[in-house]
Amino acid sequence: MSVLILGATSRIAQQLGHRYAESGQAVFVAARDAEEAARVAADIGIRHGVETGAGAFDALDFDTHRALVEHVEVAVGPIEVAVVAFGDMGDQGQGQADFQAAKRVIDVNYTGAASISEAIAEAMEGRGTGAIIGLSSVAGDRGRQSNYFYGSAKGAFTLYLQGLRNRLHKSGVQVMTVRLGFVDTRMTFGMETAIPIASPEAISAAIQRDQQRGADDVYHPRFWRGIMSVIRTIPEGLFKRLSL
Amino acid sequence: MDRWSEREFWGWGRYPRVKAFCARPERTREVVDAIADRRGSPVLGFGLGRSYGDAALIEDGRVILTERLDRMLAFDPTTGWLRCESGVSIKTLVDTFVPRGFFPPVVPGTQFVTVGGAIANDIHGKNHHVDGTFADHVRRMEVLTGRGEIVVCDADTEPELFWATVGGLGLTGVILSLEVKLQPIDNPYIEMDSIRVENLDHFFEINAESAQFSHTVSWIDCVTSGDAMGRGIYMRGRHAPGRAEESPSLLGRIAEKVSPLLDVPLDGPDWLMNPLTMRAFNTAYFRKHPKGKRSVVTHYEPFFFPLDFVRNWNRIYGGRGMLQYQLVVPHDPQSAAIRAVLNAVTEAGMASFLAVIKTFGDNGHSGLSFPMPGVTLALDFPNTGAPLLELCDRLDEIVVHAGGRVYLGKDARLSRQRFAEMYPEAPRWKETRDRWDPKGVFQSELGRRLGLVGSNQ
Repeated sequence: MSVLILGATSRIAQQLGHRYAESGQAVFVAARDAEEAARVAADIGIRHGVETGAGAFDALDFDTHRALVEHVEVAVGPIEVAVVAFGDMGDQGQGQADFQAAKRVIDVNYTGAASISEAIAEAMEGRGTGAIIGLSSVAGDRGRQSNYFYGSAKGAFTLYLQGLRNRLHKSGVQVMTVRLGFVDTRMTFGMETAIPIASPEAISAAIQRDQQRGADDVYHPRFWRGIMSVIRTIPEGLFKRLSL
Repeated sequence: MDRWSEREFWGWGRYPRVKAFCARPERTREVVDAIADRRGSPVLGFGLGRSYGDAALIEDGRVILTERLDRMLAFDPTTGWLRCESGVSIKTLVDTFVPRGFFPPVVPGTQFVTVGGAIANDIHGKNHHVDGTFADHVRRMEVLTGRGEIVVCDADTEPELFWATVGGLGLTGVILSLEVKLQPIDNPYIEMDSIRVENLDHFFEINAESAQFSHTVSWIDCVTSGDAMGRGIYMRGRHAPGRAEESPSLLGRIAEKVSPLLDVPLDGPDWLMNPLTMRAFNTAYFRKHPKGKRSVVTHYEPFFFPLDFVRNWNRIYGGRGMLQYQLVVPHDPQSAAIRAVLNAVTEAGMASFLAVIKTFGDNGHSGLSFPMPGVTLALDFPNTGAPLLELCDRLDEIVVHAGGRVYLGKDARLSRQRFAEMYPEAPRWKETRDRWDPKGVFQSELGRRLGLVGSNQ
């Protein structure tokens, strides 16, 4: 049994690796930066004395995704929990100026995430056990001018996970969507906001607990469910005039 | 998202305070990128902020927060050698390795320092007389220098950079990773004696008989003069061998439960820490210990890290902050300098809430490193402004006269002239530093104050 972390350069992903390693699970970390993935794996192995593996993962290289899943299962055992944690916020302005940049954001956050999730789902469905945790974003709950390429890709990923959950329910595989609000990561560093920013350590522990109790769709920090339900109810006629 | 965020920074003494831009890299490449993007400003690494004064501050500079460079990269359980990134804290090392039978070779009075900071300040612990400083157990490090190169240095490769970085207060570059040898232990416990010492002569007498203990330190009552000058509680200990068990202690069990709840969330009022309350504290603390010796087996935490018992304890000094004055003077039979220091404090009508005295071992490092053979004394003072600064100047005079020096990692006010007298090897250190950082990329408030960076004028 093993845990696969995709996108190991994210602090939340690293912390999730530590949380699962604490309970003795072997952990495989994959990231675009293979050297960085190896560092994260070494850290997890040293701190928790578990077996680890590391490798390169390119979200845009769809043809390699199935092989990666096979490789991980040979290296550290059948994947019990997979965390799809990679993402790229990109730059909205750049995306508007050059659609190639926008396409990249869409492909990393949606197409790549769906592609690797399919490969993992196939392996788990056959065994009739496992859990896929998809880290999505509250940005996917409603389109806004400030980040709609990223937001629409995350929104699509949220819908994808919903469909996948529906498909895998009968085979006993859990699919959990995590819609992240502000967490103290690279993306939010230095951001001045009236909304409290949660630590990746606390969030990762909460995500693990949610997975273990069999949750389907959660917000972290939890109060974001309330914030987003308010934001979703704002009539479009008004919303289009706002700059949120 | 911008890499840089503007914040106010201060040291553990909460004086002085400066504004600077900071970045928080999470991997080596991001450190390189941040320094390349320094926009003409000087740069300085910043760990957990436990340097007391201005050693880790740089006004209007670009600060590299190292808190997320905290990965362990390789560990060999047969030898104890660990390779890790510089932002790993002593607390992380202790929490990770005590259950596996290892302890950091040297620890300061708090667990909340990074290993990078431990090297940059050439920190010592209660075992200095036996084991030297933390850096004596480091064989290699990776330093990102002012030339923008990542240099691996050790005793054979670029040894000058290695030794200039030890105690170099971050002015030779950012330490990225290092190799440190952890020490094997049998259990988490310490065999400890505490002995009430009646005066300074008694302290030295007990100290001389305690050579077989790997760890020694003494709390000293610094408000009592005359015959009882230097009275205090002497503590000595060693890692307990074999299968030790903690001595049953009701107080210890209560402390364990209470400590996680203790915090100073707000600044104390400025009047709280005054000579009267500090005198009362010192007397009570001394009286609490019965005459003679007590022997116990205790958990490592209260022995090594008594300061961590209450988080943010520095806030009790109020918004004005505090200054710590830590000195070392060579041994002399009458310990005249230590007596002169204690007298000067009393004469100035000042008192130190906490005072700690210890003898160092014989091995010292060059450059800006603090420990040297002799006696070290650390005094905490509320920042009362001019009267305190005058007292510190007076203490500098005594220390220089005795051939000693003050600890730069705790300093916020030393003059250039006194610094030059205390650290005669500084010019050579600066030559090395300037060679690795010809453009003066790395700077600090302390470096500017003492002429360690720039053209020296």
